Amino acid sequence: MIEAKGLTKFFGDYPAIEDVSFRAEPGEVVGFLGPNGAGKTTTMRILTGYTPPTSGTASIAGHDIQTQSLEARRAIGYLPETVPLYLDMTVRQYLSYMGALRGLSKQRIRSRIDDMFGLCRLEEYTDSLIGKLSKGYRQRVGIAQALLHEPPVLILDEPTIGIDPRQVVETRQIIRGLGGEHTVFLSSHILGEVSQVCDRVMIIHEGRIAAMDKAENLSESLGGTTRIILEVRGGTQNEITRILAGVPGVQSVEADESSGELSFIVECEPTQDLRAELARRIIERGWGLVDMHTAGLSLEEVFLRLTASQEEEDSASAEPEPA
Amino acid sequence: MNVRHIQTIWMKEIRTYFSSPIAYVIAAVFVGLTGFSFALSVESRFPEATVRGFLFGPTGAFFLVILMTPALTMRLFAEEAKLGTMELLLTAPIRDSEIVLGKFLAAFTMMLAMFSLTLYFPLLLIWFGDPEILPILTAYAGLVLMGSVAVAIGLLGSSLTSNQIVAAVVSLAVLLLLWLASFVATLGDPGSLWVDFIRFLSLNDHLRDLTFGILDSRDIVYFLSLTAFFLFITSRIVEMRRWR
Repeated sequence: MIEAKGLTKFFGDYPAIEDVSFRAEPGEVVGFLGPNGAGKTTTMRILTGYTPPTSGTASIAGHDIQTQSLEARRAIGYLPETVPLYLDMTVRQYLSYMGALRGLSKQRIRSRIDDMFGLCRLEEYTDSLIGKLSKGYRQRVGIAQALLHEPPVLILDEPTIGIDPRQVVETRQIIRGLGGEHTVFLSSHILGEVSQVCDRVMIIHEGRIAAMDKAENLSESLGGTTRIILEVRGGTQNEITRILAGVPGVQSVEADESSGELSFIVECEPTQDLRAELARRIIERGWGLVDMHTAGLSLEEVFLRLTASQEEEDSASAEPEPA
Repeated sequence: MNVRHIQTIWMKEIRTYFSSPIAYVIAAVFVGLTGFSFALSVESRFPEATVRGFLFGPTGAFFLVILMTPALTMRLFAEEAKLGTMELLLTAPIRDSEIVLGKFLAAFTMMLAMFSLTLYFPLLLIWFGDPEILPILTAYAGLVLMGSVAVAIGLLGSSLTSNQIVAAVVSLAVLLLLWLASFVATLGDPGSLWVDFIRFLSLNDHLRDLTFGILDSRDIVYFLSLTAFFLFITSRIVEMRRWR
């Protein structure tokens, strides 16, 4: 459905992306993960025909994005990073304009708009001015716009950025539901989001693809552990560390006093949920459990591990054969 | 070129014009000031039964078109660039030239609507006097042709920037240059190639004959090719913006 070969884009002398190649199969949800400025938006803009690549080719639903640009664009629903909305239009006016731009017939526009109101839960705001909607609702209008013409390929640039957590969950559900019928290509800088929503994840770092794998494989190979952070009052650092480390399944315990409270970072095997057990042990000793939460790997750590493991491989393979 | 695509953009822009006060304000000022010019010309010591009175002069229709077109057109691309909707338009399955043409037609339609509000001047002339009809028709043709050039220049200005004020000022500068070219030409040696060329570019000189009822195909070709030229440049600029 999406096929990119060696996409490279220079802005002046600066390469925004270099040699980006990948495939997305029909019905697949592919996540595009990377920090800000890694080249996610540039890649998406090339695929959607907004900006031409310096070199390389890509095709959408079998249409080359440069030689058959209009056909390729017709097959895409696109939600750019800044949701492109006309603030002085109502939701209905906006969607029917978008439908007309994509060449849908009048009846088709009318019925699809009603579908979109339902899917994106916009029923109460059909005739509100877009300028008056909250950010979350504007995001939904943006998604509705991308889905309106039932494109085989959806390209969503940071679809959950800047909206409140409840709406993030809803938006992810909507996107998850799109897989199967549509090929979805979405970008994010949140590892958790991508591993939740996507079948396959592609990691981009400084304009190059750093890794590409099934979501579960990637978090396993990267994480390998689940991390629980505890704050405990009463008891000394050594005592508490000893007790926590004694829980079966715990791999390491690290104490941290920098925040004023005594806190512990406990790494444990991802297969078990040790939170209840850890809490029980703390309470048993009469200490106060002030806070406990799980934490995933931050994106920075992911890249550290990724680049570190790659360098290891490189240096391992580069080592000269013993004579 | 797909007519339906052009029509979609055109209708959308027209609707946007009617939903903001800008078009109404511009039309009101235009009708008011040209009316003032017309009244002055009719009240003068030697009144003529022609429409030239409301066309020329500092509050005449021609000069007002130059002053006000940038206000009418500055939005067209600059706002899309600012809102980020340009990305939507440029990734929609329509050609850049269709976007440019749709927007041009929308602003041009607004301009024609504005001109039609002045049609009561010739009606008054016919009612109270005995004007020659041909010069009135050719004068309006001149106004419409000049309007198309002005809108094309305004659209070009708007495509250059995401700042509407900058767009308006740039378009105004280009329009004023074309308007004042004939005055500039009077400074040089008459008969020299440069003077002839500047005079040829001048909007003024091409309009004068039309207001006297002289329909010269060279004048019409001038206006139409200037419009086409600026529209072509605009669509190249829209295409170039993709590269940034």
